[in-house]
Amino acid sequence: MSFYDSFIETAPALLVAIPLLVAFMTPIMSKISSSLRKVWNILGILIVSAVMLVLGFEVLSGGGAVSSVYVFGGREGSLFPLAGGNIARISFYVDGMSAFMGLLMTVVAFGSLIYSLSFMKRYTGLDKYYTLLFLMLAANLGMVFTGDLFNLFVWFEISSVAICALTAFRTERGESFEGAIKYLVYSTIAGLVLLFAIGILYGQYGHLNIVYLSKAIGGHSEMLVMDKLVLGILVTVFALKAGSVPMHMATPDAYSEAPAPITAMMVTASQAGLYALFRSVFTLYGANIQITQATVHTAGWVVVILGILAMFVGVTMALVQKDIKRLMAYHAISQTGYMLLGVGVGMAVYNTPEFLEFGRVAMSGGIFHIFNHALYKGLLFLTAGAIIYKAGTRDLNKMGGLGREMWLTAIFFVIGALAISGVPPMNGFSSKLLIYESVFKFNPIIGAIAMLVSLLTLASFVKVFYSAFMGPRNKEMKRGEVPTTMLLGMALLGSVILVFSLLPGLVVRTLVDPAVNALTGIEGTTGTSLTLFTGEGSWNAIVLLGAFAVALVVGLLIRSMGHKGTTPKGEGAKPYLFGNPTEVDGKPLTVTGSNLYWGFTKALSRYYRPTEGAHSGLLNEYIFYLIASMVIVMAVMVFL
Amino acid sequence: MMGELPYLAVVALIGIGLYITLFKKNLIKLAMGITLIESGVNLFLISLAFRAGDEMAAPVFTLQLLGDKTYSLPTPHALTLTSIVIGVATTALLLAFIMQVHRKHGITTTEDLRRLKG
Repeated sequence: MSFYDSFIETAPALLVAIPLLVAFMTPIMSKISSSLRKVWNILGILIVSAVMLVLGFEVLSGGGAVSSVYVFGGREGSLFPLAGGNIARISFYVDGMSAFMGLLMTVVAFGSLIYSLSFMKRYTGLDKYYTLLFLMLAANLGMVFTGDLFNLFVWFEISSVAICALTAFRTERGESFEGAIKYLVYSTIAGLVLLFAIGILYGQYGHLNIVYLSKAIGGHSEMLVMDKLVLGILVTVFALKAGSVPMHMATPDAYSEAPAPITAMMVTASQAGLYALFRSVFTLYGANIQITQATVHTAGWVVVILGILAMFVGVTMALVQKDIKRLMAYHAISQTGYMLLGVGVGMAVYNTPEFLEFGRVAMSGGIFHIFNHALYKGLLFLTAGAIIYKAGTRDLNKMGGLGREMWLTAIFFVIGALAISGVPPMNGFSSKLLIYESVFKFNPIIGAIAMLVSLLTLASFVKVFYSAFMGPRNKEMKRGEVPTTMLLGMALLGSVILVFSLLPGLVVRTLVDPAVNALTGIEGTTGTSLTLFTGEGSWNAIVLLGAFAVALVVGLLIRSMGHKGTTPKGEGAKPYLFGNPTEVDGKPLTVTGSNLYWGFTKALSRYYRPTEGAHSGLLNEYIFYLIASMVIVMAVMVFL
Repeated sequence: MMGELPYLAVVALIGIGLYITLFKKNLIKLAMGITLIESGVNLFLISLAFRAGDEMAAPVFTLQLLGDKTYSLPTPHALTLTSIVIGVATTALLLAFIMQVHRKHGITTTEDLRRLKG
């Protein structure tokens, strides 16, 4: 066995071990000196990224099949023969989907760490901050690599603990404790229910290995009721981790209270929940699809409905927020809906002729959206952090005019906002296009809802841009642009977004297709290097940009033919504000962000009153929503 | 009947725990409710270990001298231990948060813990 082969075999374990080592050595390094701690942390993330890149390249170039298996406590040849020669040890499997998620997590963690260097400078207790940051990275990577259900639960809990501790990091704010308590209670109850479900599977089959269980679950002539119940629990718990409505209640609280770089990483942590959801449906329950087909299709419909709820409730709640981070947190929920929808459609038609017709494209769209979302949402949370850093407030109604000096941040914000709204040619458009077209074939109404949600997303980000960057300057705000390392973190994510916007086909072919292949076991592709195939047509960002450039040149030519040197004067040069006076008491009239969509929210007050009322902030009610949705999903899984 | 007793206890513990988390507003009681659910789940795991029969799976015969073939699987014990450790971590964290909100803001119930809403 060559060094490279043994490196690839050990890499999954290293990817958990190195962040853990870095995490718990950080306080010791910090004792020596704070610059040593910085060097140690940067070195740590560089090594983790390098190992992940090598492993990811190996797995993804192999087409997505399991390319690396690490068995803890012994090589594969010496497996403990227990009850029929199966694996009794914890093992890590890395296939296309795991490698895809792992790459994403390390990229976002890298950006967050660089950004944290100056963003977190004014706080004390930074040794604990970086310890928890690496602990969270280790937990997220463990969650996507593990091939053992109980181990999955352990990483799930470690991830929750790290997230909650980091949410409460800014102890001077009472709200951060509130967010942390809510998230911790929520994820602990979910984790315990998950453990119960794992216990049921263990009691039934005597094993925890996912590959073994997948064979055992499909090994009967028809599905057992217990197994259906367990799938119901797994779907609800992982949808909670992903932040899907109506189990999302604690998610906006924690997202908005955590420091900005941590929120960017929390997005990838919630995507680990999506990963676990897809893994349990496709790998755990989809191995013997002839027997489990009906259950997988029901689970698909449940996921589709959760996705629609998340998309719609998320975006409508975001529209009325005035706290910039809370607004973005609701958008994170809304975008998670797209991923659930895309992959849910794939589940709902799995193993039928429709799967090849549009289901696979929908899945590619959903998984591609995971990738795009981690990048642009990470960027948006970092820009939100930069805005708060300078504005000194999170209230959109109190800020304004930041664009004059923070024009670089404004550009990064626009990149992120266009990407999240799915405006061509940004990367968010590529993945949403795949989802729109395939979901439209699945059910036209759901396809229409998906497009409507994108429109509302754009409207909401117009509001943020208007409130934060435009308008008169607020005198109390700090002047100037944010520090360089914060800009570097944003620039890293922003440039990655721009590059991948131009090459959607390349990303799909090299990253997304292996992931879909790994989940479904069906080979296929939805793109070449530049072009993306949606099943109906194709999408090429370069062609669009070319056409745009031609149109721009023509427009400039026409403009150059006009009269030069005219200065606007008279009534036409004055700003027009729908007949209202532009100045009140000698001050320019401003419309605050909250009032921008007054007409819209007023017209929808019948929808908004109960929905806002449901987000009451009362923890007991939130727990009720969790338990109730779990019971409903379990009932649907068993009776439908 | 004796074999089912642990499972009845599991149902009772989880049921009481859920009742507390759903209806009690005091934060400490909420933490106690979560701990009860946790104990229920741990009891469930450990109860799964006891099997009757001749299945050969590295069994630990606890009652062999009495001629009883009930044996105990080692894996659930490992699982339960791990789960207890995780439970200690989450409970400690939760209690630390509750102490902090009480000390700094005088908050003791979920009714007062409602600044983040809407």
